[in-house]
Amino acid sequence: MWQWIKAILTTLLTLVLTWVLNTRQGELPPFGKFLSPFGGFWQTDAATNEFPAAQTLRLPGLQQPVQVRYDDRHVPHIFAQNDHDLYYAQGYLTAQDRLWQMDFIAHVAGGRLSEIVGPARLETDRFFRRMGLPYGARKSLDAAMQDPVVRTVLTSYSDGVNAYIGTLTPRTKPFEYKLLDYAPESWEPLKSALILKYMAFDLSGRSDDLRMSNALGKYGPAVVRDLFPDYPQREDPIVPTGTPLGFKPLPVPATPPSFQAAMSNKTPQNEPDAELGSNNFAVSGAKSASGFPLLANDPHLQLNLPSIWYQVQLAAPGVNVYGVSIPGTPLAIIGFNERVAWGVTNVAADVMDWYQLKFKDGSMREYWHDGRWKPVRRVVERIVVRGQPDRLDTVLYTHHGPIVYDHDEKPFLSQTPIRHAMRWTAHDAANEYLTFYRLNRAQNYADYTAALATYGSPAQNFIFADQQQNIAIWPNGSFPLKWKDQGKFILDGTDPAYDWQGWIPAAQNPHVKNPARGFVSSANQSSTGPDYPYYLNWSFGGWDRGHRINERLARMTGVTPDSLRMLQNDNFGINAQLVLPRLLSLVKPDQLSAAQRPAFEQLRRWNYYYEADAVGPTIFELWYGTLLKRLWDDDFGPAAGAGEMRPPSRDRSNTLLLTEPNSRWIDDRRTPARETLDQLVLQSLQFATDSLQRKFGPVGPEWRWAHQKSTDILHMAQLPGFGRMDLNVGGGAGIVNATSERNGPSWRMVVALGPRVQGYGVFPGGQSGNPGSVYYDDMIDTWSAGKLDELVFLRRPDEPNPRLQAAWTLQAAK
Amino acid sequence: MRLFLLIFGLAGLAQFFLPWWIITPVALAAGAALGRTGGRAFLAGFAGIGLGWLLVAGWEQAQNAGRLSHRVAQLIPLGGSGWALVVVTAIIGGLVGGLAALAGCWLRQAVLTPRQAPAAKPDQVLTH
Repeated sequence: MWQWIKAILTTLLTLVLTWVLNTRQGELPPFGKFLSPFGGFWQTDAATNEFPAAQTLRLPGLQQPVQVRYDDRHVPHIFAQNDHDLYYAQGYLTAQDRLWQMDFIAHVAGGRLSEIVGPARLETDRFFRRMGLPYGARKSLDAAMQDPVVRTVLTSYSDGVNAYIGTLTPRTKPFEYKLLDYAPESWEPLKSALILKYMAFDLSGRSDDLRMSNALGKYGPAVVRDLFPDYPQREDPIVPTGTPLGFKPLPVPATPPSFQAAMSNKTPQNEPDAELGSNNFAVSGAKSASGFPLLANDPHLQLNLPSIWYQVQLAAPGVNVYGVSIPGTPLAIIGFNERVAWGVTNVAADVMDWYQLKFKDGSMREYWHDGRWKPVRRVVERIVVRGQPDRLDTVLYTHHGPIVYDHDEKPFLSQTPIRHAMRWTAHDAANEYLTFYRLNRAQNYADYTAALATYGSPAQNFIFADQQQNIAIWPNGSFPLKWKDQGKFILDGTDPAYDWQGWIPAAQNPHVKNPARGFVSSANQSSTGPDYPYYLNWSFGGWDRGHRINERLARMTGVTPDSLRMLQNDNFGINAQLVLPRLLSLVKPDQLSAAQRPAFEQLRRWNYYYEADAVGPTIFELWYGTLLKRLWDDDFGPAAGAGEMRPPSRDRSNTLLLTEPNSRWIDDRRTPARETLDQLVLQSLQFATDSLQRKFGPVGPEWRWAHQKSTDILHMAQLPGFGRMDLNVGGGAGIVNATSERNGPSWRMVVALGPRVQGYGVFPGGQSGNPGSVYYDDMIDTWSAGKLDELVFLRRPDEPNPRLQAAWTLQAAK
Repeated sequence: MRLFLLIFGLAGLAQFFLPWWIITPVALAAGAALGRTGGRAFLAGFAGIGLGWLLVAGWEQAQNAGRLSHRVAQLIPLGGSGWALVVVTAIIGGLVGGLAALAGCWLRQAVLTPRQAPAAKPDQVLTH
């Protein structure tokens, strides 16, 4: 009998062990399947080295042969004979390098992450669905597919991706699929649309309406006007003040007499980082050494691996463009061709507003608007959860948009009938693909403006330069036609006067062409001066970067690509230059301890440059940040007891520090004593130096800025060992070289137009998404050093170039 | 030795075409066919599967400069050592192979061994 027992027990144990090693356990991969050298991740590693220098691939659905050449940065240069084959090949080759990444982001934006990772990300899925990302993607896609040209682009790209997916086996699928233990599913154009909506969320998914409403409720209109002014004190707008309009503006809807913001104590969650921003600039031929315009762009996004961008050259009859694409979407988003170059930075226009609603009763089936009850549309979202039954989530839609924050989940709010509906441009149909399709083919300024006309969201500062000596910039996108300050606070959802009532005509979006100063630029600051006839927003990105760029461009002559590269890497701190002398003058050195004094001396000697080795920025940033926190926390933090509020901007705070030493806001209300500005400044400095001392020891090389800042590039799934940590780089938030802890220039490009265009570029990563490939992160060191690669731009597929390493032919499968 | 060679060869071949878990039925069947004692069956299974995994993983590790395994060895975590990951890989394969061969051997022994108690008196066996 014992014989049987031990035999059966051992057999069971073997079977259970086999099952366990074949199944994902919580967050852990299925170790047997994953580690098996015959089918697991070792095989992905093997596939990496099999990159043939010459081969012919037979692909179903191709119409004509396509020539592809790879350069030494693994950039594909695609030469097709028609649009269909061009975007088919782009889809195939992008998927070959980035399939997991693009599929993953489409899952995130579509609210389908739980399908891959299980219940842990259920709330993320609910959030993106309730924000209406899939809703906006579907609407935009339906509109885009009406256009036969764009339909060809999107469907052939999708077919190309699917052709690649068709070649995969469980053995050869990308690494992350093995780690997370799931299989690639087929692609569809909707996924491309979802990825663009994810970008729209990343770049325009923030809103201060609620925080402003709370501040208004707490302090009243006079304080809000003072601390949250509609135009900054220091500004250097993108379209310079006084630029002739060249159009007759439309009448703006009247401000409703009842305008006063609603109040609320609800807190929006999951907002993208406020530090996302970008630079672009172009100089005219009059300022350049070559006599032709130059253009530069560096969009700042979260620093991730695989890289956000994928370089590609796309050539077919009527187009030959080089640029970066977003994996999962066709076309080049930023780039150049033989005649023109263009780039983008984000426009912080207010394109997301919140409406307070009045429901008929607790069932929330009808809401009051325009003097009658209107029906609420209920949309049931079915969320597939790995390892668990599907979840159903009902989202309520009004004519404004979805009711995102449904606080039924929070008991202390359950008695309040107030719900908010969101109005957001990302839910409106527009044809962004057509914009990029046309930009890829643009030959002149007229082509560029025609391309911009169909663009919706996320609004971007489209900068432009061409061979015919034009430079221009258009802050461009769908901008609602608003009365002044509409959407600065939460809006009344019952009164149609608060609705968005139209759009700024595309041709009247802010713009400037060939200004007398000989350059155009943007760095997320105010789109225009106060003389622009329409309201875009009351608050934009800080002026620092834009001002520094303009200051330097104004002084430059004989500009070369290297001058613009150096400007992209400029580490000068405008904010430090503005406020540090004042702060130092408020400190009496004898009040500092012997340990604190060296830090103070360091700051006195500092030249305001945020170099990697400098110690000044380490101390100043902590000092200034602490000071602002101490200045505003008692009035706008949780202690103020008015719910979530935003503190006044840096610009307004600086005005206070520089010129309002007796401001009522300096006193810390939480203490009985009455604090002075000198005290606040001194205490903040002492706090900063003491905490740095605890962290790094006495003032010395340990205090270097790169060390304190510790810029990390992480794998998208934050896998340890798959990123690059602690890069030795300078710059920071508010610096032209906007490399902060986790964000930074995600693509640096400089283009020299002329008889023979030449581009330069680099991104902090590599072309391949395969963590086993040398091309996964091979550009990071070049990027960290502030250098650019010369980009290989081919005129013919058989053009000789020493940097070309592989020549492939794609042919129709028989 | 014969058992080891049988498992090594058969499992190695099968794994090129079938999922990794084919090692379980292969080692179990081989253990049942050729296993003499439990200990030797386990060793033969462990070595037969483990050596195969060691060789293939080691080959990939050497071929690819360990770029991916170096990363995976930080994820697992093994201090970033790709070769440590090769060993861990081999041990995991070996454990499954060894257990399966042992189970196969013991199953055969149970089938072949004459019953020690008459079938008519099961109660006696159970109560002692």
